[in-house]
Amino acid sequence: MLSDFGIILLFILTGLAFVALMLFVSKLIRPARPNPEKLSTYESGEEPVGNANIQFNVRFYVVAIIFVLFDVELVFLFPWATVFGQQSLNEETNGTWGWFSLAEMLLFVALLALGLAYAWRKGYLDWIRPEPKIPAVKTNVPTALYEKVNQKYKRP
Amino acid sequence: MSGLLDQRFKSGEGGVLLTTAEDLLNWGRLSSLWPMGFGLACCAIEMMQTFASGYDLERFGIFPRPSPRQSDVMIVSGTVTFKMADRIRRLYEQMAEPRYVISMGSCSNCGGPYWQHGYHVVKGVDRIIPVDVYVPGCPPRPEALIGGFLKLQEKIRNARLTEEPAPTALLAMEAAVEEV
Amino acid sequence: MTFAELTNVLTAHFGADAGLEANTQNPQPYLIVPAKRITDICRFLRNDERLFFDFLACMTGIDNGPQAGTMEVVYHLTSIPYEHDLTLKVIIPRTPADESTHEGLPVVPSVTAVWRTADWHEREIYDLVGIYFEGHHDLRRILLPTDWVGHPLRKDYKDLDTYHGIKVN
Repeated sequence: MLSDFGIILLFILTGLAFVALMLFVSKLIRPARPNPEKLSTYESGEEPVGNANIQFNVRFYVVAIIFVLFDVELVFLFPWATVFGQQSLNEETNGTWGWFSLAEMLLFVALLALGLAYAWRKGYLDWIRPEPKIPAVKTNVPTALYEKVNQKYKRP
Repeated sequence: MSGLLDQRFKSGEGGVLLTTAEDLLNWGRLSSLWPMGFGLACCAIEMMQTFASGYDLERFGIFPRPSPRQSDVMIVSGTVTFKMADRIRRLYEQMAEPRYVISMGSCSNCGGPYWQHGYHVVKGVDRIIPVDVYVPGCPPRPEALIGGFLKLQEKIRNARLTEEPAPTALLAMEAAVEEV
Repeated sequence: MTFAELTNVLTAHFGADAGLEANTQNPQPYLIVPAKRITDICRFLRNDERLFFDFLACMTGIDNGPQAGTMEVVYHLTSIPYEHDLTLKVIIPRTPADESTHEGLPVVPSVTAVWRTADWHEREIYDLVGIYFEGHHDLRRILLPTDWVGHPLRKDYKDLDTYHGIKVN
């Protein structure tokens, strides 16, 4: 009859059909009264100014890229783990299989750890916080006078 | 094509199918009113208290949303100044139908303590947007705000597809008066 | 230091012809200062070692009405180290000599360079009474919307009918 893949195809098609049905039904039922102000971009009640594509902190991109790298490393670790733990392979080679595959994987992880250390040391993982400039007016009142006032009104 | 709710059915037509649909829709709407809490002044503190655990509005299905696009009801709590008036109008326009407005506190009902000499205060938010429920008080206690919500739920429960929503009816009335 | 001592220090520094006038008739005595010297006097009051007026407690604008024809700006200064106070007043004519500049408003030099609190106090006075502060880096309305017409705390202020279609009264 239908192969396994065929069943999955049916599932996908039914899912898509359900979504389309829901959207169609809500399109039928809901009120639709657009006017120019309703369709304007939301900007907390102000008139929208400027482009919505603003520049964001590039650190987000850096963190995402480094995450992807190490995630792929993790993905490579999974099939290795299935092969590494197979008792039959270990018995066939008198225990050298275990050491050999471990050494290979350690080498792989060490190379990537080297890359991580480089990124860390170079400061690519630091999150640079914005430093607000607090405005101050310089007065020539010596702090000793303020200390005197503090002492005078100190709670006993 | 206009939606089912955009058409006007003459009362009597519609029959059994529409009546139960009405009740279902109204129940759905009143059980999950999501407010865009517009906290402007002191009434906002009481509104926050109502949302918090002591008087818990969430058991009514009411939990606050930050954006007008995602909310059903706008709680105008606090003094409405002329500087804020433009923004209130724009945010009300940006809410999606069906939308309701609760005016909380004296200042948004009628200008409150500033009604006589307040040169910077709009004397009541109903000069800007149509209001469904007025909650009196300065500030109204959390129980009063919950009472306001229950009143709004009653209003929604009694809404019928065969009637026009109040703002449209009001605007039509005003237009008829102007033509005369 | 008492009010008399403070006045003496000021007259000693700026000279007897600086235009300083003490008024001790009321329970709170004040010193009337000519408008064009207010910034120098305030800077001296803040920096001098005997005085150290480092705190501008309050700044108020007063309109005396079209009959009297004057407006006043009152400065309340406090010294935190020495705990003495001083009140200064600047009296200016209601209609300025030169009506073509600064929207036809009376002009007073700004003291924002001396105390930063004066920033918003002066914006409030500009908004409500209508006194232009020269040297202020960002003078705009603070309570009323930017396109409001009129200054509400003036004695001859008439409300608008509508603002942006909203009935005002």
